[in-house]
Amino acid sequence: MATLKVLVVDDEPGIRSGINRILQNFTVGYPFMDEDFDFSIIEAETGEKAIETIDNQQIDIVLLDNKLPGIHGIEVLEYINKKNYDAEVMMITSYASLDLAVKATNNGAFNFVPKPFTPQELKSAMENITKHLFLKRISRKMNEEGQQLRFQFLSVLSHELKSPVNAIEGYLQIMKDKQVGDNIGDYKMMIERSLERLKGMRTLISDLLDLTKIESGVKTRDFRPVDITEVFRIARDTIEPLANQRNVKIQPVQEEEIYINADRGEIEIIFNNLLSNAVKYNRDGGEVIVGLKKQNGKLEITVADTGIGMTEEEVSKLFGEFVRIKNMKTKNITGSGLGLSIVKKLVELYDGEIRVESQPDVGSKFTVTIPD
Amino acid sequence: MEARKKIMIVDDDIDSLTQMKMQVERFGFDTITAESQKEGEKLLETEKPNLAIFDLMMENQDSGFILSFKIKKKYPDVPVIIATAVTAETGMIFGLDTEEERNWIKADQYLEKGIRPDQLQREINKLLKI
Repeated sequence: MATLKVLVVDDEPGIRSGINRILQNFTVGYPFMDEDFDFSIIEAETGEKAIETIDNQQIDIVLLDNKLPGIHGIEVLEYINKKNYDAEVMMITSYASLDLAVKATNNGAFNFVPKPFTPQELKSAMENITKHLFLKRISRKMNEEGQQLRFQFLSVLSHELKSPVNAIEGYLQIMKDKQVGDNIGDYKMMIERSLERLKGMRTLISDLLDLTKIESGVKTRDFRPVDITEVFRIARDTIEPLANQRNVKIQPVQEEEIYINADRGEIEIIFNNLLSNAVKYNRDGGEVIVGLKKQNGKLEITVADTGIGMTEEEVSKLFGEFVRIKNMKTKNITGSGLGLSIVKKLVELYDGEIRVESQPDVGSKFTVTIPD
Repeated sequence: MEARKKIMIVDDDIDSLTQMKMQVERFGFDTITAESQKEGEKLLETEKPNLAIFDLMMENQDSGFILSFKIKKKYPDVPVIIATAVTAETGMIFGLDTEEERNWIKADQYLEKGIRPDQLQREINKLLKI
């Protein structure tokens, strides 16, 4: 149970005590709320006193009469708006001043109850205002959290983009100043490192584009029967040169055809990421073992390597954006830190799941299951 | 002759480390380097540099702050520079301008990466009172 503070502003003691009585044991609950609300009542007999109360404590709902001895209700309403207080205002007004009530709602009051009102009329008005307040607050909270996430993403992204730019710029500056002499051969390492960093940036940009497409939902997904074995073979051919450099062997898969209904491009991204990780995080001369099968209407892809593996703690961080497991064993491995986060998002689009088993210095095994 | 001053550089970006080391050695200092927060902590067990330059984001997002904290605890008189590519454009601004920031960021200087060598030299000299 949560409690909302209600400020009742009316110069008639009878109205104030009446509202108090009606709301005393009244609660509001909706299926979408985690908990019900009840109300604690604070009374004010003038507008001046109302303002003083609102300044001094957090008020959630104000029930406001217009005709007050000093300043009018409408001025209290203006004050609340001006100060941007997070309170909803409901005017209590007699039928004779309906015009005023309409004016008040135009000025930011949530609604009004005409006087005299029955307990039921007050209660249903309170239900509406509570629902409104709840939804307003929850949507504001979600917005803030969304912005927070976006902000984190952007600050890490800018770091990831700036680092290679700085590195390349630094090497070019050294070359421009001929800091190690006139012989271009002496700058070989710097040129190679610059090219390597540029390659990393290119990967990051293409991964970002993949991620943007997935998250915006703009990409038209083209569903048709896809031969999984064939997609795997193409991905393997793409990754083969990198594997050969490290003398890593990618085990061939059985030649039988497996079809599922999917977007071919998405399946390619999944294979490319899993296979390139299995090669990059392998040991020289290691192996990549791929398993493809379909049973009970589910496609299961397993990609296992004989590489450096991960600790449990590292596994738990693995699928976040820009997560790259950093340790002595991985320091020379490049990547955008987006690959597995992309794979996970894609797999989830298919209501599938991705699991990982890993052991340091033994290897990692990724299992993706996708329902057909 | 006075012994050459020793500068510790910790950065997990191998290129940034290479370049920083080159520049600092050109300025006439000796260098000791580490490629991670963890390696840096280990280096501190046996070495006492005259000044330290730490990258901010390594294994942890605040690795540079952690290293600064540790070095200042052991050697309060060693000046520390935090160098990072984290940008002000994203709103992630921090400096050493307010009392509050100086309280929790135990560094003497904060520099954006991509800094010109002559600027870097000036900052180092200032902190070493050369």
